Amino acid sequence: MSLLPLTFLLPLAGTLVLALSRGRLGPRSSAVVGVVSVGLAALVTAWIGWHFVDSGVGGVDMTLWTWLSVGDFRPTIGLRLDGLSLTMIGIITGVGFLIHLFAAWYMQGEAGVTRFFAFMNLFVFSMLLLVLGDNMLLLFLGWEGVGLCSYLLIGYYYWTEANGWAAFKAFIVTRLGDVFLAIGLFLMFRELGTLNIAEILQRAPEVWAEGAWQAQLAALLILGGALGKSAQLPLHTWLADAMAGPTPVSALIHAATMVTAGVYLIARLHGVFELAPGVLYLVGLIGAVTLLLAGFAALAQTDIKRVLAYSTMSQIGYMFLALGVGAYDAAIFHLMMHGFFKALLFLSAGAVIVSCHHEQDMRRLGGLWRRLPLAYAGFVVGGAALAALPLVTAGFYSKDEILWEALAAGHGGLMLAGLIGAFLTSLYTLRLIIGTFHGEMKSDNARHAEPGRGLVHGLPLVVLAVLSTFLGAWIHPPLEAVLPTSPGAGVHGAGHTVLGIVAAATSLVGLGLGAWLFLTRWRWLSERVSTGWAARLWWLWHNAWGFDIAYDRLLVRPYRGLVRLLESDLIDRLLLLAAWLAWGLHRGLSLTQSGKMRYYAATMAAGVTLVLLVLVVSG
Amino acid sequence: MTLLWLILIPFIGGLLCWQGERFGEQAPRWIALGTMLMVLAITLGLWFYGDYHLPSLDPQGEAVRWTMEWQVAWIPRFGISIHLALDGLSLVLIALTGFLGILAVLCSWHEIVHRVGFFHLNLLWILGGVVGVFLAIDLFLFFFFWEMMLVPMYFLIALWGHSGSKGRTRIRAATKFFIYTQASGLLMLVSILGLVFANLAHTGEYSFDYATLMQTPLSDGLAMWLMLGFFIAFAVKLPVVPLHGWLPDAHAQAPTAGSVDLAGILLKTAAYGMLRFALPLFPEASQAFAPVAMGLGLLGIYYGALLACGQQDLKRLIAYTSISHMGFVLIGIYAGTELALQGVVMLMVAHAFSAAGLFIVSGQLYERLHTRDMREMGGLWGRLGSLPGFSLFFVAASLGMPGTANFLGEMMILFGAFPLVPWVVVLASGGLLLAAIYSLLLMQRVHFGPPQGKEHFADLDRREYLMMLTLTGLVLLFGLYPQPLLDTTGAAMLEVQQLFEGVAPLSSLAKGNQ
Amino acid sequence: MSGVPMEHGLVLASILFALGIAGLICRRNMVFVLMSLEIMLNAAALAFIVGGTAWGQPEGQAMFLLVITLAAAEASVGLALLIQLHHRYKTLDVDAANRMHG
Repeated sequence: MSLLPLTFLLPLAGTLVLALSRGRLGPRSSAVVGVVSVGLAALVTAWIGWHFVDSGVGGVDMTLWTWLSVGDFRPTIGLRLDGLSLTMIGIITGVGFLIHLFAAWYMQGEAGVTRFFAFMNLFVFSMLLLVLGDNMLLLFLGWEGVGLCSYLLIGYYYWTEANGWAAFKAFIVTRLGDVFLAIGLFLMFRELGTLNIAEILQRAPEVWAEGAWQAQLAALLILGGALGKSAQLPLHTWLADAMAGPTPVSALIHAATMVTAGVYLIARLHGVFELAPGVLYLVGLIGAVTLLLAGFAALAQTDIKRVLAYSTMSQIGYMFLALGVGAYDAAIFHLMMHGFFKALLFLSAGAVIVSCHHEQDMRRLGGLWRRLPLAYAGFVVGGAALAALPLVTAGFYSKDEILWEALAAGHGGLMLAGLIGAFLTSLYTLRLIIGTFHGEMKSDNARHAEPGRGLVHGLPLVVLAVLSTFLGAWIHPPLEAVLPTSPGAGVHGAGHTVLGIVAAATSLVGLGLGAWLFLTRWRWLSERVSTGWAARLWWLWHNAWGFDIAYDRLLVRPYRGLVRLLESDLIDRLLLLAAWLAWGLHRGLSLTQSGKMRYYAATMAAGVTLVLLVLVVSG
Repeated sequence: MTLLWLILIPFIGGLLCWQGERFGEQAPRWIALGTMLMVLAITLGLWFYGDYHLPSLDPQGEAVRWTMEWQVAWIPRFGISIHLALDGLSLVLIALTGFLGILAVLCSWHEIVHRVGFFHLNLLWILGGVVGVFLAIDLFLFFFFWEMMLVPMYFLIALWGHSGSKGRTRIRAATKFFIYTQASGLLMLVSILGLVFANLAHTGEYSFDYATLMQTPLSDGLAMWLMLGFFIAFAVKLPVVPLHGWLPDAHAQAPTAGSVDLAGILLKTAAYGMLRFALPLFPEASQAFAPVAMGLGLLGIYYGALLACGQQDLKRLIAYTSISHMGFVLIGIYAGTELALQGVVMLMVAHAFSAAGLFIVSGQLYERLHTRDMREMGGLWGRLGSLPGFSLFFVAASLGMPGTANFLGEMMILFGAFPLVPWVVVLASGGLLLAAIYSLLLMQRVHFGPPQGKEHFADLDRREYLMMLTLTGLVLLFGLYPQPLLDTTGAAMLEVQQLFEGVAPLSSLAKGNQ
Repeated sequence: MSGVPMEHGLVLASILFALGIAGLICRRNMVFVLMSLEIMLNAAALAFIVGGTAWGQPEGQAMFLLVITLAAAEASVGLALLIQLHHRYKTLDVDAANRMHG
């Protein structure tokens, strides 16, 4: 266990080596440093995980040093390893390593490979601290750190102005959530007198009654933070734009790890949410609404990465739904499965994009399945898992569990939303695969696609593909000791079987309908959605229900107006009035200094006369 | 005696620099560097050997307030003496002065080519004046140093500054700076005299001594007026929003070394003045004034941040961010809890580093691009070697990225103030969002976007790289392991907190621990 | 003493003084300005004489001597200025020499 700090120190070392190299490392050695540091971290994690599961202890605490100590305020740099954090660091280093490896292929010939891997390693470091931190302040360190890395990597292709603004938007929107989270921390520290997570979970039920307003407020504020990071309604608008970054970044940060941090946070602080049932229900509700809205939005995208982005939002919606019904382990299980298959989908998308000379618009791809068999296979396996193809895919097991837990907890409405979402998922997945790989090739970029070669390119795809099948679902995260048992645990009635069959049928019907629609009726569909009310609906979905436009009107423009109003520093101008006054008086008086002696003499005479008059009159 | 030397060394060094110019341009630079190294070394020595857990009780049960003290009569007729004293707070700030002094000398190595000797004379005299401000506990002496540091600063801006756009000449900026601070200093002088006469009426003796004046009984109304005199003087220097007008102009027009000193140390003298004088001398009046002060702090946070968002001039942007950060400091000071006060110290140190870093970055950009207008920048990331990486780091520090000292400072202030004034803290947290906006706007406008040319600029040379690396290391060090710093200032801050809350502090009692 | 009452002498002095000041204000030619000044000085001197005579005191006449000396000094400086003015501006207009305006 004493090796635990190595998991994050290795990526940090990678970052430092790359950052301080000052361009002395070539692209190849940079990639080697970046990949090897995360690879070693993955090995250490595997070793730790093996020992941890073997030893059977509930959790290990390790305090490195006291961060600072003023009065009662004593946050530590301390780590906590338990089932939940082990699962998370497993995903982060494992999937992270595969994505780094793939990135070594993806980034060949790009400018600034050193910078890329420095940021990627820094991201892994921050993410590991986020999940390992035993107190909220250290968690917050990781939380902001991943936000910064996300910002930097979205804006990686900085020479295109739009990418910079996309990164800017991602950071600001998540930062808005972070402000809520920070206020939540202030509140919890005032009420509970500690920031240590274990102590918070222990003291919260002692201090707060169930439904106490402080508990509700604290949970609500934490939820605010989670919504921003996990791109849920109403703070979800940044994720689709975040696809401006290189595709491995989208795979690692905006699919597998960082965006699921909100799910982790809520699961970690489940004790607070249990005391606020209303807020917990709100979590589920937001998840359900997001998964539906994002599902519709995914249907109408043409950029393959944007389809995947909306699908990520939708899948995280499932996780929030699971959290909302109290099925924390189901949420984490889906988080893990989603990490596998979404990473696979993004990497396959990356393979397509590089092969097709950075073309990522479905309208200009098509018919690639012969030319790019490996990417095609990745898309099919990942897509099947995403659409929860019954029995053979990992996604089926995790999603089925969530639906069943929702039903078992008595939230039929949420379960129904999940079912509709599953149907939508099947539809947009098939649209994505068929639009990209079938039909005719629609551009020269597609016609001249060059398939990727080599182990670095193939291995991550194959491994992730294997993990996305039912084999991945065999991995059993050791969460029992950490999270409370979920409502549906241990109940294996006929209801579960029936629900399983219904879910499977929904998915299959969706796939069937999708196959029929998109294989045979593609042209009819595209004509249909370009006229009349369908066009308007399509526009709405394409713009993800117009949230961006609404936010622009409601927030960005007033902000711009305010900035423009204040630009010239009005208060300063006001104080400068005194200076202007002095200047004006000066000008007025200096006019009398005409330099003409006759006037001087005249005024002097007048003055003397005046004085004499006054003396005479008053005397 | 050591304390006196701390003040004298920069003054003597300044004179040597001035005359040293006869031996070539490099001589003043090296002399100045040596002088500041000496100041820093002495301070670090004091830090290492001194005991900063004061005020504590010595074996005889007497309260010991200061770690070091030195006194000699100056104008005995009016009870004025040269009375210097050192505790944890002043030590930390003097160490900061020494360090930033070194940086200021280093960053003007190539920037200043005219009248090098006289430049370093002014630079070192500013620093000497600042050290004097941090050490003096005779109010007259304090006022003397307070006014004294203005004059060389005026020359620094007026003679070596950059002229900005129309109507924003360096002379005007220097004059504005001088008039603002001079006028507010006058108010402080009136308050000091008022306090002295109140004490005279009470005891029948003239005294400008800190400890004596602290015992002066004052009526509520008088205390409030005198406190306001001090507060306004410090508020101009901090700066607090309606009185901030001099800062953006002075920063934008000052040479890099001037900006570094201004943001890094001169602003801190104001916070130091509040902690050392405004609060302890008038605890009840300050307590009553606290809501207003915190309101002004909030105004400062938002006003500074929004204005920073609208600037096109890089240095003006950074200047406005200082206003925003100092809003947090003001809230922390008037919240007055131990955690918040320690946070204030932390944020002062952190802001000194990060603002100095940003100003040095903008100075280096100016040396390469010969402009500070962000509309003429953009896409510089790949064209400047390792400079953008460092800008990124200091930008992250200024937006309060965890791991940097700025984060700890802001968080400690907010955590410390929340139990007292939750709504103020909630509103202040909104400033964190604006901080992200202006910081990233800086990145976006300077380093992102389409490059406006193909050629590469010179990478950082060894001197520049070392400066930036040291600053980076310090920001991270205090962000991850701030305990040595907090231990040093802990006792002094506890004293302020107890005074502020009306608990009799240890130093005024010779009985058991409170 | 003689039958001229003091009031008459003083009125004459006042008239002379008023004439002088009017000349000083209205004339632009420096020669006339200087002449007006002389008139004013003499008006003041006359007032001294009248006063001294009226009260039978010698100081009045002493002051008159002083005023004459002063007038001589003034005239010499004034004439020197006049020459300089003519030399620099090629005119005797005093308003031309207004370079000290604010």
